[in-house]
Amino acid sequence: MTRQMTGAKMVVEALKDQGVEVVFGYPGGAVLPIYDEIFQQNGIRHILVRHEQGAVHAAEGYARSTGKPGVVLVTSGPGATNAVTGLVDALMDSIPLVVLTGQVPTFMIGSDAFQEADTVGITRPCTKMNWLVKETDKLADTIHQAFHIATHGRPGPVLVDIPKDVQFATGTYVEKPQARTAHYQPRLAGDPAIIEALVEAMEQAERPVFYTGGGVINSGPRASALLRDLVAETDFPITSTLMGLGSYPASGKNWLGMLGMHGLYEANLAMHGCDLMINIGARFDDRITGRIADFSPNSLKAHIDIDPSSINKVIHADFPIIGDVTHVLEEVLRVWRARGAKTKAVAVKQWWDQIEEWRAVKCLRYTNSTTTIKPQYALERLEALTLGRDRYICTEVGQHQMWAAQFLGFEDPNRWMTSGGLGTMGYGTPASIGVQIAHPDALVINVAGEASWLMNMQEMGTAIQYRLPVKQFILNNERLGMVRQWQELLHGERYSHSWSEALPDFVKLAEAFGAKGILCKDPKDLDDAIMEMLEYDGPVIFDCLVEKHENCFPMIPSGKAHNEMLLGEADTQGVIDAKGSVLV
Amino acid sequence: MSPLNIEKGSTSHSAYDLRSHMSDMVETHTLAILVENEPGVLARVIGLFSGRGYNIESLTVAEVDHSGHRSRITIVTSGTPQVINQIKMQLERMVPVHEVQDLTVEGPFVSRELALIKVIAKGEHRVEALRIAEIFRANVVDSTLQSFVFEITGTPEKVDAFCELMRPLGEVRLARTGVAAIARGV
Repeated sequence: MTRQMTGAKMVVEALKDQGVEVVFGYPGGAVLPIYDEIFQQNGIRHILVRHEQGAVHAAEGYARSTGKPGVVLVTSGPGATNAVTGLVDALMDSIPLVVLTGQVPTFMIGSDAFQEADTVGITRPCTKMNWLVKETDKLADTIHQAFHIATHGRPGPVLVDIPKDVQFATGTYVEKPQARTAHYQPRLAGDPAIIEALVEAMEQAERPVFYTGGGVINSGPRASALLRDLVAETDFPITSTLMGLGSYPASGKNWLGMLGMHGLYEANLAMHGCDLMINIGARFDDRITGRIADFSPNSLKAHIDIDPSSINKVIHADFPIIGDVTHVLEEVLRVWRARGAKTKAVAVKQWWDQIEEWRAVKCLRYTNSTTTIKPQYALERLEALTLGRDRYICTEVGQHQMWAAQFLGFEDPNRWMTSGGLGTMGYGTPASIGVQIAHPDALVINVAGEASWLMNMQEMGTAIQYRLPVKQFILNNERLGMVRQWQELLHGERYSHSWSEALPDFVKLAEAFGAKGILCKDPKDLDDAIMEMLEYDGPVIFDCLVEKHENCFPMIPSGKAHNEMLLGEADTQGVIDAKGSVLV
Repeated sequence: MSPLNIEKGSTSHSAYDLRSHMSDMVETHTLAILVENEPGVLARVIGLFSGRGYNIESLTVAEVDHSGHRSRITIVTSGTPQVINQIKMQLERMVPVHEVQDLTVEGPFVSRELALIKVIAKGEHRVEALRIAEIFRANVVDSTLQSFVFEITGTPEKVDAFCELMRPLGEVRLARTGVAAIARGV
């Protein structure tokens, strides 16, 4: 039996068939027929944001915290262009999104019509795939394909551009099982011969390290469980990228902490000194590797990635394994156990002794103060006072993000939402809204800097409208902290435009939105203020005035290797040369 | 602060120096890419090359299977082995790309280009143009008292050589298709 319906109705039907519960969106002329259909049903909940960028980041937060694709609905022209930053953010961090945009009617395309933009042209390099649907008969098939592509292989954002006449016209609905998806079936199982070789290398390794990334989380909770088994049974140390935090618990005994530019001393030196590096779902980003020529010079490297183009892109892989993390880890564990679960235990024990020496450096130490709140102290207290709660953390981008990654512990995957690849200031507030929509009873905190937070603060209106008790924990140093830090270290302390001379009163701002505002500037008041935030049943803007000139350490300066880390202020004199300063 | 001293050919102005430790021998490869014949697919492929800074020396595209909605894009590109490898991987992961063949690696292949060359010449030069055309097996497809249009098919090098011989004889105007290529044998 074929079903006839309008294109607008097809959109809603297809979303229901795909199991979509929530859509983040903003209406406009070119999507009115779809909004009319949304009005006449109850199966799908629509969350009205305040800006289309907010819709995409909210959908990212939703997707990252649930493992399901996030869905966005926006209008043509400015609606679509406002969504672009979110699309690139999701592309860089491999977040599955399906973004539906309205378009001017097909007969007006190309005429510079009102609110017309070449959406598929603009978003082609910003999406994993996109489509302009010109016939209603193809609409349902395209939407089903869109979900398939967004969620299979390396996840990513896809976009379907739907002209208004296609929404009005009637056509045949294509059911989900009939949609064309056969042409896109990425390989999931790794090459058994290379897995066997990797297991052999694991048996021989004297200084092994697991280096894990967002791919473990994208592969699903089973991947994290397998990773934990593998780490427990081999007793190898494990570090993770920013995107992979939570796949192995921070309280786990083999955990070295995050690696990379602001990663932990022990994690980076383990990477530098290892003889076997097992990369699971990470991509050798430049924040991780530092100077390529001196990156982990004496190790064999295994690279497990579902995206073949990630392998050998930056770092040569000795054991290139193309496949899904869950499938590959299952096979690695099976082969390793079948071969007798052997490791060079004595050598690995010595390796651990070395790591303990590095750990004893206590690279996250900082000088606390009794008069000013140090940002690190604020996060330590936040961690202590929220420990054990059903907690989700979002961040903006900058120093606070790195401190959050260093000082907060993540026990489970999908609990940490941050903009890694693109580094999008303004990500955290809308992301926290998306997370809270998915987990209404959980504690959702956005650790922010005041500058990032101001970039999408309009989304507080969304939080109020849907009674979302998101906690905006702003570490306010009245500076663009990371920019200021680089200017201090690289640009002769010339602080060009890296501070805000006219910040709002955040408490009054909170009240203007209808939220609760809390100001805290004395370390002695901090615990009480944080408890007040946690106990308040509603959204809170917490203005935490912190030390203005604190730098984020440890730090691997641009163009340096892992063993050239700066541990604190005393190390910083003249360390970054002219060549390093041109790097990003 | 001392002046910036960036090594010639270094990529360090844009990101970390990715290539210094790898082979920097630039190779030319001919890729045959079978794609879904749908709007935007060519833009997608070209966008990959411009967005990631890869070279395109020649590009041709046409539908090769009407009922199956398939087009073949032939690209001649150049780069270090690591870059060529990345180009293939990046192409292969595109959703509307069905197959990427590196003809240069896979074995002997035939590559041909068609060119239309207008030569505006007088007197003895017209005779000389016709004589050279005969040697190159170029056909005259249009003639006026002032001009000829030659059609020539061959490798890009043959087309180049023909054009170079024509230039001293008069004004040369040129339209080239770019390279189409296919593997020899089955």
